[in-house]
Amino acid sequence: MMNIYKAPWFWAWVAAFAAFGATWSLSAGGGGGMALLVAALTFGSFSVLTGLGQMLVITMGPGNTDLSIPATMTLAATLSLKLMNGAGGVWIIAGLLTALLIGVGVGIVNFALIRLLRIPPIIATLSASFLYQSLAIWSNRGLRIKPPQALADFTTGRAVLGIPNLAWLALAITVVFWVILNRARFGRRISAIGQNPRAARLAGVPVASVTAATYVTCAVMAGLTGFLLACFSGGAALNMGAEFLLMSIAVTVIGGSSIAGGNSNVPGIWGGALFMYLIVSMLNSYGLGAGVRLLSTGVIIIAIVAIASGRKARL
Amino acid sequence: MIRLALPVISLVVLICAVFWLQPRAMSYVGLNLLFNLAVPIALATVAQMVIIMVGDIDLSMGAFVSLIACITAAILPGNPALGAVMLLGCIAAYAALGALIEARQLPAIVVTLGMSFVWGGAAVLILPSPGGTAPGWLTAVMKAKPPLVPMAIIASIIIAAVAHLVVMRSAFGVRLRALGGNARAVSRAGRSTIALRAWAYALAGVFAVAAGMALVGLTTSGDANIALRYTLLSIAGVILGGGEFTGGRVSPIGAVIGALTLTLAGSFLSFLRLSPDWQIGAQGAILILVLAARLVVRQAEKRA
Repeated sequence: MMNIYKAPWFWAWVAAFAAFGATWSLSAGGGGGMALLVAALTFGSFSVLTGLGQMLVITMGPGNTDLSIPATMTLAATLSLKLMNGAGGVWIIAGLLTALLIGVGVGIVNFALIRLLRIPPIIATLSASFLYQSLAIWSNRGLRIKPPQALADFTTGRAVLGIPNLAWLALAITVVFWVILNRARFGRRISAIGQNPRAARLAGVPVASVTAATYVTCAVMAGLTGFLLACFSGGAALNMGAEFLLMSIAVTVIGGSSIAGGNSNVPGIWGGALFMYLIVSMLNSYGLGAGVRLLSTGVIIIAIVAIASGRKARL
Repeated sequence: MIRLALPVISLVVLICAVFWLQPRAMSYVGLNLLFNLAVPIALATVAQMVIIMVGDIDLSMGAFVSLIACITAAILPGNPALGAVMLLGCIAAYAALGALIEARQLPAIVVTLGMSFVWGGAAVLILPSPGGTAPGWLTAVMKAKPPLVPMAIIASIIIAAVAHLVVMRSAFGVRLRALGGNARAVSRAGRSTIALRAWAYALAGVFAVAAGMALVGLTTSGDANIALRYTLLSIAGVILGGGEFTGGRVSPIGAVIGALTLTLAGSFLSFLRLSPDWQIGAQGAILILVLAARLVVRQAEKRA
C-alpha cells in the first residue's frame, strides 16, 4: 500500500478523479454529481470492454493492434438484433450467442490473415474490417431494428446500489481478465510473447495458438460490446463503433499498459475509460461545438500518449 | 524492375477487362473519365508511401486530405495569402508529428489515429457544411484538355516522375529510405533521426496537400468527409504497387500504378453492377488478394 503511487494505474485514476471534480463543478453548481457518475460508469463500461480486448492484443508486442473493432461491433450488433427482431425469451440467448460467435469468426479470420498470409496485423485487421463493414451494410439495409424490451431495460437499468448494470457486468469481466492476465498461464504467455517473441518460442510457448486466442478474445469482446451498445441505444447503427477504435487504444495506454507490449495493466483500463468520458463531457459542458470537441479529444489523447509512454523500445 | 512487373500486369489486365466490358471507354473522353479521380488518389498514395518508407503508417491520411480540401475550397479562393499560410502550416504540423514520433518513440499508428480527430475537427471548424468553390486556376489545371493524351494520364506520369526523382534518385531520398531500412545506422553515421523523420513527414505532407488541392480542382467544392476513404486507398495503393512495410523498400512508380489500378477497380466493379454495399468490402478483398498473390509468388521464387 505504501507504494501505491508507483502502480502504473495510479495516475490514470488520479486523472479520472480530477476530471470528475472539474466536470462536476462546471455542471450547474455541483448538483448532478450522481447523474454524472452514472453516465461515466455507463459509457465508460463500453470503453472498458473494448479496451480489455485491445489491451491483450497490444500486449503481444509492437505491430499488434486490432483495427477491426468498430466493424466487428457493428456487424455483431446488426446481425444479432436482426435475429432477435425484438422478441424476448430464448431469442435473447440466441442473439447474445450470435454476437459472440461473430466475434469468434472475426477473430479466426483476422488470425488466419496474419498467420497464413503473413500480413502485418494492422493491415490484416484494417482490410478485413472493410469486409465486415460491407457485410453489416448489406444485411442492415438501413433498417433500425429495436432491441428486445428486456435487454433494453437491463442495459439502461441500475438494479444494485444504484450502479448501472452495465458497470457491474464490465466489472465482472474485468476481474476475469485480471485473473487471466496475472494468475493464468495464458496471460503469462501473452506477456512473454510481448516481451520477446523469440525467447517465448524457444521457451516452449505455443505462439500461434496464444496469438489466435488473443485475437479471438479481442473480437469476442468487440462483438459483446456491439451487442450491449445496440441494446442500450435502441438499435444498431452503421457508425456505432467508430469512436471505439481510438478509445480502445487510448484507454489501454492511459491505463498504464506499455504501448510497446509485454506489460499489461487491468485496473488502469477503468481509470482511462472514466477519464476519457469525463474529459469529453467537460468539453461538452463548456458548450463547445463538434469541431472543437473532436480537435481537443485528439490533442488530449496524443499529449497523454506522448507523456505516458516515455522513451521505450519501438520497432 | 521485377518489383514493378506485378503492378503493371494487374493494371494492364484490368484496363483490358474494362475495355471489354465498356468499349466506349477506349477514347480520349472515356480514359479521362476513368482516370480523373486517380490523380488525387495517386498523390495521397505517394504521401502514404513516404510514411511507410520510414517504417510508419498514417491512419489520418483521409482526414488530412479532407482538411486540405476544406481549406482549398473555403479559404483559398477568397483569401489566397491566408489559405497559402494555412496549407504551409499543415505541412509544418506534419513535420512536427514526425519529430514527436521519433523524439518520444511513439507508435505512429496511435499518433496518426489521434491526429485524424484533430484534422477532422479542424475541417468541421473551417467548413461546417459542404460547399465552397475551387480557385479558378486550380480547376483550369485539373480540367485542362491537352491534345492526344488526357490530363489525368499526363498528371499521373508527372507525379510518378517527380516522386521517383525525389525518393529514389536524390541524396535526400536515400537518407529517408535509410531511416526506414536501419535507423540505428543512420544515427551512428551522425544524422539526426528526429530531423530526418520530420523531413519525411514534411515530404508526405507536401504530397497530401497536393492531393487535397487536386481533389477540389476536380469536385469544385469541399466537405469535411470528402476524402475519408483515402486512408485505405492510399495504403492499398502502396501495397498494390509493390511497397513493403519494413526496410524502406518502396516504389514510387509502383505506388502511382497501384493508385491507378485501384481507381480502375472501382469503375470495373460498378460496370459489373456490383451493389454499392460491397464497394468498400471489395477494396478490402482486393488488398487481401494482392497480398496473398505476392506471398505465393515469393514462395515460388524461393523454391526455384
